[in-house]
Amino acid sequence: MLDPALLSALADLLPPSAIIATAEGTRPYECDGLPLFREQPLAVLLPEDEAQVVGILRLCHAARLPVVARGAGTGLSGGATPYRKGIVLSLAKFKRILSIDPLSCTAVVQPGVRNLAISEAAAVHRLYYAPDPSSQIACTIGGNVAENSGGVHCLKYGLTVHNVRRVRAVLIDGDVVEFGGEGLDAAGYDLLALINGSEGLLAVITEVTVKLTPNPQQATCVLASFSDAEKAGDAVAAIIGAGIIPAGLEMMDQLTIAAVEPFVHAGYPLDAAAILLCESDGTPDEVTDEVALMRSLLETSGATTIQVSQSEVQRLKFWSGRKAAFPAAGRISPDYYCIDGTIPRRSLAPVLKRIEALSREFGLRCMNVFHAGDGNLHPLILFDANVPDEIARTEAFGARILELCIEVGGTITGEHGVGLEKIDQMCTQFAAAELERFHAIKRAFDAEGLLNPGKAVPLLHRCAEMGRMHVHGGELPYPDLPRF
Amino acid sequence: MSDLVAGWRDRVRAATASATPLRIVGGGSMDFYGQRLAGEILEVSGHAGIVDYDPTELVITARCGTRLAEVEQAMAQSNQMLAFEPPHFGPKATLGGSIAAGLSGPRRPYAGAVRDLVLGVRLLDGRGDELAFGGRVMKNVAGFDVSRLIAGSLGTLGIILDVSLKCLPMPRAETTLTFELPADEGLRRLNAWNATPLPLSASCWHQGRLHVRLSGAESAVAAAARRLGGEVLEQAKAYWVAVRDQTHDFFAPFRAQNGAEAAVPPAALWRLSVRVTAPHTAFGGATMIEWGGALRWVVAQEEDDAQQARAWAAAQGGHATLFRAADKSVGVFQPLPPALLALHQRLKAALDPAGIFNPGRMYAEL
Repeated sequence: MLDPALLSALADLLPPSAIIATAEGTRPYECDGLPLFREQPLAVLLPEDEAQVVGILRLCHAARLPVVARGAGTGLSGGATPYRKGIVLSLAKFKRILSIDPLSCTAVVQPGVRNLAISEAAAVHRLYYAPDPSSQIACTIGGNVAENSGGVHCLKYGLTVHNVRRVRAVLIDGDVVEFGGEGLDAAGYDLLALINGSEGLLAVITEVTVKLTPNPQQATCVLASFSDAEKAGDAVAAIIGAGIIPAGLEMMDQLTIAAVEPFVHAGYPLDAAAILLCESDGTPDEVTDEVALMRSLLETSGATTIQVSQSEVQRLKFWSGRKAAFPAAGRISPDYYCIDGTIPRRSLAPVLKRIEALSREFGLRCMNVFHAGDGNLHPLILFDANVPDEIARTEAFGARILELCIEVGGTITGEHGVGLEKIDQMCTQFAAAELERFHAIKRAFDAEGLLNPGKAVPLLHRCAEMGRMHVHGGELPYPDLPRF
Repeated sequence: MSDLVAGWRDRVRAATASATPLRIVGGGSMDFYGQRLAGEILEVSGHAGIVDYDPTELVITARCGTRLAEVEQAMAQSNQMLAFEPPHFGPKATLGGSIAAGLSGPRRPYAGAVRDLVLGVRLLDGRGDELAFGGRVMKNVAGFDVSRLIAGSLGTLGIILDVSLKCLPMPRAETTLTFELPADEGLRRLNAWNATPLPLSASCWHQGRLHVRLSGAESAVAAAARRLGGEVLEQAKAYWVAVRDQTHDFFAPFRAQNGAEAAVPPAALWRLSVRVTAPHTAFGGATMIEWGGALRWVVAQEEDDAQQARAWAAAQGGHATLFRAADKSVGVFQPLPPALLALHQRLKAALDPAGIFNPGRMYAEL
């Protein structure tokens, strides 16, 4: 229950419809896109302007009440999972595009604006917002900034951090600050870089200026199949080594092909061990030249078949299989769990072999979808939540994949964030001194730790306990798994 | 940890214990930049060398004291480059200094800034702890992005030990076009071109001439050159290096501060970082426009009103830096609003609790 005095203060600030404090009313907010974690908040607040956000944060700060900011709730790491003794601050009503300037190629938008809505609104100027996470129909720009979201095109066009110019935000004490600006840099520390990917721990975003990119005149996709994944990995290295930065460079393994092809009929060869989708965009001449070069590199790397899209319809058809990989996983399995690690590309073949071995060890199938150009793996573990212990085995399998990513010099999250999901693996990726500095940075913004507590950065004693767990066994979920 | 770094660790711990300021020095080529130099010199150029470079991974890792020229040369052998085109303010310019200064060259609007290409850093902080942030992979959102925060922090948060950067392929073709135009018309064209899919990679207007560089596939560069018109500039490479390194004649009044002969008129060089659609500046003397309009260099006499530069830049969505001047009493960097300054102070304290690293180099209060 929310404290009655606080509730009455909130009622002075917000209309009744913007305060949801009943159990049935807060139920839809109990999880984000990672439903493995669920929690009921004390209340959900839906402010509609910055002054209300300031007012709410001041009250929460004074009452020492935790606040979890939330966009569309499409995140995949539990970053927006509510805090049981706190409130959810939904930015859903901040959905106005405030301005689009076709000359400076920027748009000023509220945080609840959907990613794709920006591109749709900018289309009239032949501009678009480049980062395209697969949830782009639904996810919001505020959430994209909080997670530093990527997407299929980020090898060439960058992550969210590369495509955001300015963020206006409210600190926990109610101070309004701006990071970045309308120019290409700002005075002082690069707090704009720090706020990107800060997972709602540092401030609540109320306005974002994004960079827009001119639409390419043409895009062509090359579909190449390989008899083994290692050759596909070599082809990726050959393309990058030849000085090409493709607009998209994606890889899928045999299980993924088998899952998506009957579903979308993208034209993928079912006998291939792996396929690559390699996209070129730019002026028509440039695309023609680049595609010819890609084609010869793919041939040299041992591609068994190569198809080049001959029309926009065919290009989209090639991509349809990639974009349908997640729903296709849902079609062949009652549940699936998407993992998000990044590895140096040269480790691709050994990592895929190890994932295959882990798949046998845990008795769970795993589809591999891979942003091959930038080394970002998305293994999809297929499981059935109704089978006793499959959730536990799935989580354990996922944790092992992430630890494998660290072992080969990579990272536990390329674009989905740490949230609650990967908090234990943070203890493996970072040393105690580094985690301490993260907490110190957090305290510089939020001394009492009220914004999104318990996410992104583990408490040191939690890491210590996890370490002890291996020694003692005991209450924690997977006592038999070596974690460190 | 090498003996050299272990020595720095001990020195940093002692300095923190006694609150002794340290002034981190690499090649020293950026000494002219920033509010003030203070503290005992901590020489870091000895920690040098490329640690790892695999062109097909698009990542290079090198120690802070590595000369910028050495890094670029190694990358050029694999037809790759530092896409932020860092200025070399002298042959001794180091990679660590480049990251700490956070300055990017002509390619910045089109290929990204220093911070956009930083993937990871190893840092020695005020407690003398060696810390690794980010990594050697393209995408990494584990933990706060401290490595990008370090870019441009002027050594006030710690000693950069090594840095990993994203590499980009050198363009297959490059050409520079010249147009005779007044500033207003130059800005108008730059804004229009900015919004179209052209392979632009640099732009600079000065004294009635607009230079625009095109980079990319041969076919794309040729098609864009036909479309834009103008005259092809000979010796284009030298021209862009001169703009980048400020050896261009426009910067001549300031060469004294680079160690050459004394400049006669005491003058100030303002760097105005603003929205690309800002009008041509109506104050100060000679002006150079870069970055598609987002960067304006203005030569002013020192008694000229600093307030005017600050106010104009702020009104144009940006900020003004007193980039070169003998007298910096008006303040080098745009003053921060109180809430932001307080945040800066707390962040500095998080990594440098005794305030020993380059105190006052950015702001007197930091």
